Amino acid sequence: MGDVPRWAELALLPVLNLLLALALTALLVLATGGDPVAALTALAVGSLGSADALGYTLYYATNMAFTGLAVAVAFQGGLFNIGAEGQAYLAGLGVTLAALHLGFLPAALLVPLAIAGGAAFGAAWAAIPGWLQARRGSHIVITTIMFNFLAAALMVHLIVNLLTAPGSMAPESPPFPEAASLPGLAQLGFPSSAPVNLALGLAVLAALGVWLLVWRTPWGYALRVMGQSPAVASYAGIDQGRMIILVMALSGALAGGVAVNELLGAQHKLLLGFTSGYGFTGIAVALMGRNHPAGVLLAALLFGALTQGGAELAFEVPDVPSEIVVLIQGLVILFTGALGNMLRPALARVLGRAGG
Amino acid sequence: MGKAEGMAPPAIALRGIEKRFGAVHANRAVDLTVRRGTIHGIIGENGAGKSTLMAILHGFYQADAGSILVNGREVAIRDSRDAIRLGIEMVHQHFMLVERFTVLENVMLGAEGGPLLARGAAKARAELARLGEAFGLRVDPDARIENLPVGAQQRVEILKALYRGAELLILDEPTGVLTPQEADDLFRVLRALRAQGRTVLLITHKLREIMAITDRVSVMRAGRMVAHRETAATSVAELGELMIGRRLAAPAPRPAPKPGPVLLEARNLSVRDAAGVERVKGVDLALRGGEILGIAGVAGNGQGELLEALAGMRRPSAGEIRLGGQTVFPGRDFNPAALRRQRLGHVPEDRLRSGLLRNASAAETAILGYQDDPSWRRFGLLAPAAVAAHAARLMRDYDVRPADPALRSALFSGGNQQKLILAREIDRDPQVLLVGQPTRGVDIGGIDAIHQRLLACRAAGKAVLLVSVELDEIMALADRILVMFDGRIMGELAAAEADEQRLGLLMAGVAPERAA
Repeated sequence: MGDVPRWAELALLPVLNLLLALALTALLVLATGGDPVAALTALAVGSLGSADALGYTLYYATNMAFTGLAVAVAFQGGLFNIGAEGQAYLAGLGVTLAALHLGFLPAALLVPLAIAGGAAFGAAWAAIPGWLQARRGSHIVITTIMFNFLAAALMVHLIVNLLTAPGSMAPESPPFPEAASLPGLAQLGFPSSAPVNLALGLAVLAALGVWLLVWRTPWGYALRVMGQSPAVASYAGIDQGRMIILVMALSGALAGGVAVNELLGAQHKLLLGFTSGYGFTGIAVALMGRNHPAGVLLAALLFGALTQGGAELAFEVPDVPSEIVVLIQGLVILFTGALGNMLRPALARVLGRAGG
Repeated sequence: MGKAEGMAPPAIALRGIEKRFGAVHANRAVDLTVRRGTIHGIIGENGAGKSTLMAILHGFYQADAGSILVNGREVAIRDSRDAIRLGIEMVHQHFMLVERFTVLENVMLGAEGGPLLARGAAKARAELARLGEAFGLRVDPDARIENLPVGAQQRVEILKALYRGAELLILDEPTGVLTPQEADDLFRVLRALRAQGRTVLLITHKLREIMAITDRVSVMRAGRMVAHRETAATSVAELGELMIGRRLAAPAPRPAPKPGPVLLEARNLSVRDAAGVERVKGVDLALRGGEILGIAGVAGNGQGELLEALAGMRRPSAGEIRLGGQTVFPGRDFNPAALRRQRLGHVPEDRLRSGLLRNASAAETAILGYQDDPSWRRFGLLAPAAVAAHAARLMRDYDVRPADPALRSALFSGGNQQKLILAREIDRDPQVLLVGQPTRGVDIGGIDAIHQRLLACRAAGKAVLLVSVELDEIMALADRILVMFDGRIMGELAAAEADEQRLGLLMAGVAPERAA
């Protein structure tokens, strides 16, 4: 395996892989009889071309940053948390219970409590698979997948049978009180129609917090040791069972950020299936972001842009099927993740020749 | 050379072999001629390029340049199938046997002889009997590999090679896992092979084996062939010098031990492995300050589990452990972190598997196990600068090269990795130091430095427990030697009364009464 310089590893390689994915997309659009230039333009303009578009892009990116961080932090400990979807869903219950039952409190108290409620429910839902792995040896991948299904079934039951307002036909909770809402970012020039809200700032803070915790504390050191090798962790005297439960709880709490962004920031009520796959996208985001908070933020931005741009693309260029967006996302994941090292030997040769 | 002397062409001739791995020049212009029907030794330190050269010969790597001649004809060896076709077979240091298969099944593997096993099996059985007779390689063809002792497993590897028609047999460090007596058996087999015209290439770092069995010897250093000698016309001293490129100082005489108080004690200790098999069976030992207690034994006789239990990594199933006069097992706080706080240092047996963070920097490896120490924190957070400064000091004091705390741990040589781990553990001023296989995969220069460190610990009054499969190492360092066999202590010898013969019998499980 060729060795490439660090800047090329972190910047050049991902960009080349992304370009490769876009180039292949263009070819496929061409093959289906569409106009690749129009399609890629619509994608770019639709995601970044206006304050409104950017507002949506950042709103989606916020969700993906939270789930990406959730997956990444668990992965630093060698744990593959597939359950961010379910954890985010359960976090919605925590947010909703706080918002509906503590509605008498002022916003300055209610919002933090609702956020804490979401984080706590997400953490608890993730800690159970963590406990099962740590104390019973059940594999975390299997249990977190199972817990996604459990979360979906449980939430349908709760929303339909218990939370729906009496007399309402819509499977959703009553609207939250006015105080239970995160402010939008109108001061930053986003139009009030754009759903981006203060949760974006929370996501950036969470990324910073994860970085500090994982790379600047003894606990994070121990976490990374466990992620590199359980045998080394055992030699170093790290209590791995405890570590697994704690990091899974942290991961679930981070996934809970989706509920904060969606419910407190935009919807102001609990909706059936509001997580709409962000938990799974988070896996791709973490993969592309190399499980590093900075990488996760950038990857979340990219995936947010693809989601928003793709919606516009389907709208603006009707002869391009809307499934093309899913295709692009798939290709991006394929080239940056699964085939992430494909260009490396060639790049190492080129750079090596140029350098010496 | 063969032609000049009017003999048959050499079994193997390598001409100008070159191999690079990135920046590492593993083989430089290597020439080698191996005469048919001889035992040819190749010696060199770890990293000298022996294994790369053999891997090229066996088709695992391709040479960047150079040619290979087999029986005087130039050949291309693209993979191990090519090598096997040319009669080149390799017996690896770690055996390539299917544990749950019988000897017969393993020998047939890859040479089944048709879609139905029965015919091939009958043929293999007859052939095995013939080979066993001819070369003194007797093994029960219906025994399962997992039930055979290591020496017999090695015989199966050799039989396998011969069954496939090996003309040239490459043995990579074959005696590493054998008792001295088993090694003698192996040498008898090799001589029988030579007598029947087969050629043997023996890779080893043990000079005495070279002297005992080979006809010729080639010395590698830093990727080059530096010398070829007729074994009869050289000496251990000359080969040692050729290997390391300088004269080795004679070991300084050790001062007499000054035993202090008992610092580590195990009573009737039993330990099970992860599968629940009892690997340590009622071991008693007492270790005093100012002495080195050696634990000898063939690999896999419970030494590893004993060491892990004493270090707190593995919970014993019975018995008692006392550290510095206090009972730590049974006890609530029995784990490596708590024992470290009670000043127990531990250099693990398998440093790559558990002693260092291969993919992290040397600086991160330098605080492994001591990550909670506040001295590398600033404002409550880990300070990379403080960690790096600590690592830089350890690297300077213990001569770890290159002294670069930012370098990835995996990129250091074995000796320097080990020095870094020793530095980390000794720097904490432990009262008891547990050391497993301290010089495995370490070159000669590094071995000496590590031995000096252990002797310095002894002189400083620390209690050192040394587990090693290298008898030379045990005899050079230990004041007392315990020999383990099948999870039990077979006997204890004082340094003065230990010799290879006595240790070997104990390692083979022969009780001293019967040995006498």
